[in-house]
Amino acid sequence: MSGDIVTTIVSGLLQGGIYGLLAMGLSLQYGICRVLNITHGEFAMLGAVLTYSLSKGLGINPLVTVVIIGPLLFGLGFLLQATLFRGLKARAPAPAAFEGNALLAAFGLMYIIDYIAYLRWGTSLMPSQWLNTKVPGLGIDVYVNQIVAFAIAVVLGIAVYLFLTRSKLGRAIRATAEDPATAGLMGVNTNTILAFCFGLGALLAGIAGILTSIRTFANTSVGFNSTVIALVVVTLGGLGSVPGSFVAGILVGIVSMVVTRFWEPVLNVAVYYAMLMVLLLARPAGILGKK
Amino acid sequence: MDIVRSFTTHRRLLWAGLLVLVLILIATVPLYGGKYQTFLLAFILMYVIMAVAWAMFSGATGYMSLAPAAFFGVGIYVMALLQYELPFPLIIVIGGLASFGLALLVGLVTLRLRGMYFAIFTFGLVMLMQQIFNYLESVRAHIHGRSIIPLDVTMLFYIMLGLVVITVLAVYFIRRSRYGLAMLSIGGNEEAAEHMGVNTTMVKVLTFAISTVFMGVAGVVAAPLMIYVNPSIAFNVTYSFLPILMAVFGGMGQLYGPIVGAFVFGYLDATIRVRFFNYFMITFGIILVVVILFLPNGIAGLVPLVRDKLGRRILRLRNGGEGEQHANT
Repeated sequence: MSGDIVTTIVSGLLQGGIYGLLAMGLSLQYGICRVLNITHGEFAMLGAVLTYSLSKGLGINPLVTVVIIGPLLFGLGFLLQATLFRGLKARAPAPAAFEGNALLAAFGLMYIIDYIAYLRWGTSLMPSQWLNTKVPGLGIDVYVNQIVAFAIAVVLGIAVYLFLTRSKLGRAIRATAEDPATAGLMGVNTNTILAFCFGLGALLAGIAGILTSIRTFANTSVGFNSTVIALVVVTLGGLGSVPGSFVAGILVGIVSMVVTRFWEPVLNVAVYYAMLMVLLLARPAGILGKK
Repeated sequence: MDIVRSFTTHRRLLWAGLLVLVLILIATVPLYGGKYQTFLLAFILMYVIMAVAWAMFSGATGYMSLAPAAFFGVGIYVMALLQYELPFPLIIVIGGLASFGLALLVGLVTLRLRGMYFAIFTFGLVMLMQQIFNYLESVRAHIHGRSIIPLDVTMLFYIMLGLVVITVLAVYFIRRSRYGLAMLSIGGNEEAAEHMGVNTTMVKVLTFAISTVFMGVAGVVAAPLMIYVNPSIAFNVTYSFLPILMAVFGGMGQLYGPIVGAFVFGYLDATIRVRFFNYFMITFGIILVVVILFLPNGIAGLVPLVRDKLGRRILRLRNGGEGEQHANT
């Protein structure tokens, strides 16, 4: 029994790393572009199913597919911000109107991507068998692919955080989020920065999808669910707070794993909502968010 | 000239006459149309209720509810659970009240806060409801779906039509009331509205809950048209997507916008979507994105533009000679 609890918590932690990475992308898109991108989960879904078909079709390592999928999803996100969301922003009479319209546009995009993927790949489960062996000598059921996926997620999460806080481009990004008009006067090309951030968000979602695909399976119907998870994690971490999302991701991973293992597996969304409700009633700014 | 003058002076009367004419036209469909036409029109009317009710709150306040289907589904399940217990009119009332209760809960958690929390919470609400009902029905009670006794389609059609009239009238008067103005001011600038003495939280929660009453009621009446329901039929995100698309397409600023949108897409939905479901969902998604980008006020937003252009042209034709003279002197 005690081994069972440890296994559950460890696999929740390993799952949570992926949630954290997924939510970081959404946090970046909302925090900087002010677009609550509810297509986010669909990008993760695309990353997952593309990984499966590319690695099977070309016979390459699933991790190597990132050299194709990464630029593809980054480009898609970049273009969306550079055309659609930029256009919406230019036409909106007020910032609040822009956020509402961007949300509705993303709602439409969600259906477009979802059904295109469904037409192309159908509804079958696409299981990955890559490194599907238990880690020896631990006494708990942890698989090598889970460890690899978690390690990549953590390294990427830290890299993105350092990039945002330490690099020159990161400073330009933060300046754009803080005050776009002044950042523009200081010589920052804000339109490019916003498009870059949106692309980066899409890329992070795609990588989260790749990692999900190698540790479990890929499926065209997971997009909606991934978006719900990402939204809950982002809110828990504090809307727009990038490190907060990562911490909250791990928390959500552990709690949902414990609940589904020991209580009721079909109620995972109900568990996310319970956490969301408690948070909204007690501390709407999020766990690490500033009030 | 007299015709033009009487048209402009009695414009309101003419519009009312036209409206009554359209209503009569719709109401007589069961007499000359077949059973299928009646069924189809009942479904379109259901979408009219959903789209008008959605636009009443989300269009005015800018708080986008992504879960009309959750409240619609509550109505469907109220009907499925109570169909043998209570008379139909009472079930309709209970369906509305159940939606109101759920909306009150959602509103009290999220609408106290400003910003995107409401949209975030409603995004997965349909899925949450589906999961809870799935748990209670399949896992606990071992019931896999419920059949609903089919009622007479013509009767359902007239009830739906009556509900459309009630919904449209109610929304018309709410829009003209202090609450309508308060909702618009929240949509314009919430902070300013608050400083002007609007109790924004109360207005948001109450108007949101009222808007969902219509959705729940529509669900109760639509349930017998579906004959068989289970949690994934009753709580289907398509019933969130289509009303939003209809309202945005028609234009949320005017009362008639969502009605026009509901007729256009309700007809397309009933006739073509079934056969080419995937392609139509993709096309509908593209339409939603394109309309928001290029026509943020929908079809209704085009009307003043066209009227201005036409009016200017007529004016120029009427006193074209005078205008030129004026320019010469």
